Amino acid sequence: MAALAAPLLTRVLKHNAAWVLALAPLWIFLHFGGMLETVAGGNSVSGGFDWIASLGVRFSWYVDGLSLTFALLISGIGTLIVLYSGGYLKGHEQQGRFFSFILLFMGAMQGLVLADSFLMLFVFWELTSIASFLLIGFDHRREASRRAALQALVVTGLGGLALLAGLLVVAMATGANELSTLLASGEALRSSPLYAGAFVLLLGGAFTKSAQFPFHFWLPNAMEAPTPVSAYLHSATMVKAGVYLLMRFNPVMGDTAAWETVLPLFGGATLLVGTLLAVRQSDLKLMLAYTTVASLGLLVMLTGFGSEVAVEAAVLYLIAHSMFKGALFMVAGLIDHETGTRNIASLSGLRRAMPITFTAGLLAALSMGGLPLFFGFLAKEEIYAALAGTDMWAVAATLVAVVGNALMFAIAFAVGLKPFIGPLGDAPRKAHEGPLLLWLGPLVLAVCGLAAGLFSPFAHHLFSSPMASAVAGEPVAVEISTIPHLGLPLALSVLTVLLGIVAYLGQTGLRAAMASLVRTIGWGPDRGFDQSIKALVRLSVAVTRIVQSGRLDIYLTATFIAVALSILVPMVAFDELPAMPQVTEFWFYELTVVAIAVIGLGAVVYARNRLTAIVSLGIQGFAVALLFMLLGAPDLSFTQFMVETLSVVILALVMTRLRLAVSEHRPLGQKALDVTVSAACGLAFGLLLLKVTQLPFDDTLSRFFEVNAKVIAHGRNIVNVIIVDFRGLDTLGEIAVVMIAGLAILALIRIRAKDGAQAVSKQTERAQ
Amino acid sequence: MRTLIFRTAAPYLSSLMLLFSVFVLLRGHNEPGGGFIGGLIAVSAFAILGIAHGVPAVRRAMYFHPMAVSGFGLLLSALSGLLSFVYEVPFLTGIWTSVHLLGMEVDFSTVMFFDIGVYLVVVGSITSIALALEEREDN
Repeated sequence: MAALAAPLLTRVLKHNAAWVLALAPLWIFLHFGGMLETVAGGNSVSGGFDWIASLGVRFSWYVDGLSLTFALLISGIGTLIVLYSGGYLKGHEQQGRFFSFILLFMGAMQGLVLADSFLMLFVFWELTSIASFLLIGFDHRREASRRAALQALVVTGLGGLALLAGLLVVAMATGANELSTLLASGEALRSSPLYAGAFVLLLGGAFTKSAQFPFHFWLPNAMEAPTPVSAYLHSATMVKAGVYLLMRFNPVMGDTAAWETVLPLFGGATLLVGTLLAVRQSDLKLMLAYTTVASLGLLVMLTGFGSEVAVEAAVLYLIAHSMFKGALFMVAGLIDHETGTRNIASLSGLRRAMPITFTAGLLAALSMGGLPLFFGFLAKEEIYAALAGTDMWAVAATLVAVVGNALMFAIAFAVGLKPFIGPLGDAPRKAHEGPLLLWLGPLVLAVCGLAAGLFSPFAHHLFSSPMASAVAGEPVAVEISTIPHLGLPLALSVLTVLLGIVAYLGQTGLRAAMASLVRTIGWGPDRGFDQSIKALVRLSVAVTRIVQSGRLDIYLTATFIAVALSILVPMVAFDELPAMPQVTEFWFYELTVVAIAVIGLGAVVYARNRLTAIVSLGIQGFAVALLFMLLGAPDLSFTQFMVETLSVVILALVMTRLRLAVSEHRPLGQKALDVTVSAACGLAFGLLLLKVTQLPFDDTLSRFFEVNAKVIAHGRNIVNVIIVDFRGLDTLGEIAVVMIAGLAILALIRIRAKDGAQAVSKQTERAQ
Repeated sequence: MRTLIFRTAAPYLSSLMLLFSVFVLLRGHNEPGGGFIGGLIAVSAFAILGIAHGVPAVRRAMYFHPMAVSGFGLLLSALSGLLSFVYEVPFLTGIWTSVHLLGMEVDFSTVMFFDIGVYLVVVGSITSIALALEEREDN
């Protein structure tokens, strides 16, 4: 609703419309905020109504700790993002459209996390992909934006199809088509033989959406979008949809060998690849984008780890990540907006010019780095507590996590601290603090990260515990607090921070090393995507060449052969040839008319001149029309007359237009083929009509029309009554087709009129 | 083709044909006729005028772009079907009413407007094709 109003409002209020529009997500936020106590008590809220009752499709929603936390994140961050984009795109001519898209996305995302029925889940899932496509391609005049948008759509769209298939398999395996009933079904899915199929398909959906390696490449490319979009869709919300899906299915699908191997494996790989590639970047947004990929990998890894603590860690990290990453993205955008560059090398010394931004950036970086007092710290402690173990698997996971987190620590400070300290850099524009609309969002989010850390028991009670319970499928209480307690997790944390500081200080060297490494590898999934798209295009061109030869006579021959065969073959094969009709007495005038038709046909065949042939065809048509008239179908014959007249006129016009030779010269073989085909068609239709008339005729319909035409439809002309009343919808469709066909023909004629001579010469060339 | 007789007669002939096409359209409900046939007759009328006096003359006579006429027809048909929503009956249900006009009882119905829509679509689409083809012949 708000999405519809957005363009209008923006036209009136310019960028200040953001204040009004932000009320919509704010209202949603407060609405769901009101449910917090209910859900924290371990209950869930659900509801719905029948949508397509005959198919058992319901429009239903289901709110538990998981969906509620997501819903609050989406609407809360959404509120801030709308305000932020008000400032960020101030004066942009298409700001209204932007608001419209972003609110559309917000609605879709809310629907996604609140959906109960599978169908709704899928529909909203695809809607978020489409909204993301529109937002990435917002700057549609740039090639890079369009490519990135298309890439994101293809990758997530394919994933969406996998999800649909996966959901169908789940529904087949358990008989449930709503999440709430599925969650109550217990072991049904795990023990089903279809588990493997459902597993692979759902992972396909989740991994593409959440940019897991090797599908990670679309996310950094999506940074072509305006920064509010990157902050909102591509770090805080949409990309977490995949994680949401995994968490949602964890209670019914988790706890199996496949689940606990594949998820940590892919998650870990994504974490490593993401952080390593992030270090390589020098663009603030791209650095953040790759760390987002890495964070998503971490989340997937934790979700797949299986233990209760891991689930808690995943939940904490997800909430923390949404806050600090959203804030950091907005800070990066703010810096870009004020200085005109996002290159880390030319940014420094902004602390005096942009003190508020600095505060927000630093707070967010501290949370991302996982320093005490911040929510990010809780998450990291819990991560290490979850991963720490003695077996090989746990050690490997811990190692990956430590390296990943250390590099993320470095990136966090590279974005949140580096641009602000040191001597003033050589940015293209002289920086100064952005307006209220711009710094409000990052500041609020960053402060939330701190507050949630400081008042952790409160945050746990409201968010973490209910959400963790929903993910684990049983009541779980999160209890970790910000006061550091000695132990292995703390030691690992300290190690991470130390490593991170080393990486931060040596970031320039690290960047160069990574860049050369990536260059030596050369080929990546991003290139692979381009290559596969190109290959697809080539394949379709090749197939089209074979199927579509571009010659009208071949099309016509193929069509008529198909028609003749499809009628004749079954008739002969099933012995359904009609009996010879009883020859009744013909009237003299009937015979005359038939004779005229035959003469017309003969003239068509013998005509040397095309124009003569067309006119002779008309003779035959008129004769048929006469027959209709004699046999008592005035409407039909009336129409036939008009159609014949017009088709002769139009055919004649086309023929003169095409500048074909006056008479034709086809080789004898071609002529023989054409004659055979036309004779076969004629024979087939003749036999078919004979057969039809010999079958007992079901006259229920015609009697109905006869009886009711006058009574119901007030018309004596049954044919017309059928057209405009009984079968009105058919007619509506038909006239729409007539109009579209007219438009298409008109367009064709226009195109040819433009480069008329050229096209005509090409046409004749091809015809020879 | 463009003999003096033909050119002189064409406007009268086409006007008569147009009038006849409207007559066929309106009587369609009770006698042979209707939107499709009426439309085709009208197209022939325009085609004749086009052959006799050239396409610009026809375009002037039609005033609107033929495709616009066609679009309006489609809209009219769809809208006449939509009226049934007001009466809470299924889409495209015919609704009838009688009006006293000049001392006579005249029946009006959504079905009639639907048929007029059909007429306009046929006239617009096919005329635009025919005119475009004729135009190309001229240059």
